[in-house]
Amino acid sequence: MNKRSGFVRLTFTYIALAAIAVCSLYPALWVLLSSLRPGPSLYSKRFWPSSFTLDHYRELFTNKTFLYGTWYVNTLKIATLSMIFSTILITLSMYALSRFRFRGRKTTLTVMLVLGMFPSFMSLIAIYVILLQLNLLDTHAAIILVYSAGSVLSGFIVKGFYDTIPRSLDEAARIDGASHLQVFARIMLPLSRPVLTYVALTSFTGAWVDFIFARLVLRTKEKWTLAVGMWDLVNSFQNSNFTLFAAGAVLIAIPITLLFVFLQNFLVQGLTSGASKG
Amino acid sequence: MNRHRATAGVLSVLSMGLGQLYNRQIGKGLVLLGLQVISLIYLAPKVGHALWGLITLGDQAQQRVKVGKITKVIQGDHSIYLMIDGLIIVLLLLVVIGIYVANIYDAQRIGKARDEGAKPNNFVQSYRFVTDYYFPHIMLAIPAIGVLFLTILPILFTIMLAFTNYSSPGHIPPAKLVDWVGFQTFADLIQLKSWSGTFLGILKWTVIWAVVATGTTYFGGLLVALLIEQQGVRFKKMWRTIFILPYAIPQLISLLVMRNLFNGQFGPINQYFKSFGLDGLPWLTDPFWAKVTVIVVNMWVGIPVSMVLILGVLTSIPRDMYEAAEVDGASAFQKFRIITLPFVLFSTAPILIAQFAGNFNNFNLIFLLTGGAPVNGDYQYAGHTDLLVTWLYNLTLNFSQFNMASAIGIIIFIIVAAFSIWNYRRSRSFKEEDMIQ
Repeated sequence: MNKRSGFVRLTFTYIALAAIAVCSLYPALWVLLSSLRPGPSLYSKRFWPSSFTLDHYRELFTNKTFLYGTWYVNTLKIATLSMIFSTILITLSMYALSRFRFRGRKTTLTVMLVLGMFPSFMSLIAIYVILLQLNLLDTHAAIILVYSAGSVLSGFIVKGFYDTIPRSLDEAARIDGASHLQVFARIMLPLSRPVLTYVALTSFTGAWVDFIFARLVLRTKEKWTLAVGMWDLVNSFQNSNFTLFAAGAVLIAIPITLLFVFLQNFLVQGLTSGASKG
Repeated sequence: MNRHRATAGVLSVLSMGLGQLYNRQIGKGLVLLGLQVISLIYLAPKVGHALWGLITLGDQAQQRVKVGKITKVIQGDHSIYLMIDGLIIVLLLLVVIGIYVANIYDAQRIGKARDEGAKPNNFVQSYRFVTDYYFPHIMLAIPAIGVLFLTILPILFTIMLAFTNYSSPGHIPPAKLVDWVGFQTFADLIQLKSWSGTFLGILKWTVIWAVVATGTTYFGGLLVALLIEQQGVRFKKMWRTIFILPYAIPQLISLLVMRNLFNGQFGPINQYFKSFGLDGLPWLTDPFWAKVTVIVVNMWVGIPVSMVLILGVLTSIPRDMYEAAEVDGASAFQKFRIITLPFVLFSTAPILIAQFAGNFNNFNLIFLLTGGAPVNGDYQYAGHTDLLVTWLYNLTLNFSQFNMASAIGIIIFIIVAAFSIWNYRRSRSFKEEDMIQ
């Protein structure tokens, strides 16, 4: 009898799992198929298109008003540079905050926490005016600066990670005569691979998808990032150009999704190390 | 004898670096002296004008004067630029004053050491000393400067805006001046019917949204995690990878896609309804259904994160607890209620609260999915699904109600801050951080 109830339970479990899997996959599959469907419209009679075409992908890079290629390069550039800068800034500063006991440390932590609670676009107007005064508006340098400087405030996960590395390790190295920078480079960095991956990935994708600041800072079409361009496309001609949007969306999603799937384990570690430590 | 200590101190008060030079620390002294010269040349002349600008916000607006037949524009004071410039100068001044005070202390300390017969460090030794004992300060200096000018300064500026009348149509520079008005903006927000009605309505929806969105994603994630972790379920890794997919797709893309998916006229969801002979639902255009839609979509986006977290916790529950329970004859449900649930809740509580705060300010989801629509006629510049943050955004960028937006920003901050500080104080990382090792 027990065996039978177990069988029923498992059947229901598999049905539920399959249903959730369909829900998870459906939107992605739908966009992928839409991007391969001939014609521009959102409406289609069937889920599975009757014929396939790569025209929309071609159009992305040939269209004169829709500068997808330029935006892709812009986005790659901005995301890579701000990833490098934010990772360096975050790891160094969080290492200092986690490892050293100095006057003003608790205050720094509290200030970081409090600043993180302001809605980020409360600073929109001020940043706009400052960049205007510095003549940095509509430059990629400005947006990289904004992303990198803002990233430090979200470094608590990294601090939590460093907190868990036994201090005896670096004390031993210090006794052997290593300087702080050497301890950091030779001992801490190799140990912090998972959390470094986490930070690099989140700042990379953050720059990839943010459009609030990008829209504020980048004013001309040639300077835009993908996020701004795609949002503009959906907002201005939603129904008439849907398949083009779908093709663009697929090309944006593919690299990020692949990164996520390959680095899944690092991500899970990053998330859970944050979980147990708050 | 305190001869060296007093002399070095006094000299450093007179001018940065002099005390250090007196202590025969030439390198350090020259650096400080140079810093002082730079700030005297570039900073000092601007302080007076900056303070004047901050206090008065300018007294002459842009004017058009008729000279003969041509109208000439005479540039007046731009209150907002005056305000930001003033803030920057004041912050820089504070930094310089900080260095100045540190310089006096340093001169006195070295002087005292000399009184006691020690030899002062030379430049190389100072450098070593600094990189050794002030290592954390150096590491934090660059990020601190970035945060000071790109986070703290903008926030201070925005807080100040809430106490001015900077808003369209009456007070937009350069044509008009902006004035300090004290708490008038907050008073308007509470007393004027049009504003207070909108504010309370949106606040109510924001709270409901934050509670429901957090609850559904959390318990949804728990359910999915339990389903996967059940005894006898095969291909656990495959299920996990499939379910994590919505988290891996960039939110910007998935939300814009959802917006099309739920399109009332052409979207596929309504087409399926129609093929079953049902009328489609007005997913994004009806006030009630739009709210349902944002919550459903949020579940799609948010459940994977909770699932990943909870899966991690589930594997860390000691097996012997379950075995002990089985020996005592506990049913599956009892095991869940007495072991699993408390364990999961306990270890994810901080995350749960952080998610609540995050949902309270979940700008992306609302802005990309509905943009606050459908519009509510009773509201000031807002729609039915607008959260406080999206309302703030619209007030700032589309309607130029800067002072009101800042006041709302401050209120959001107070709510979220109260919540998060309570959460942070009770989380382990704050209390026990030195006890872990």
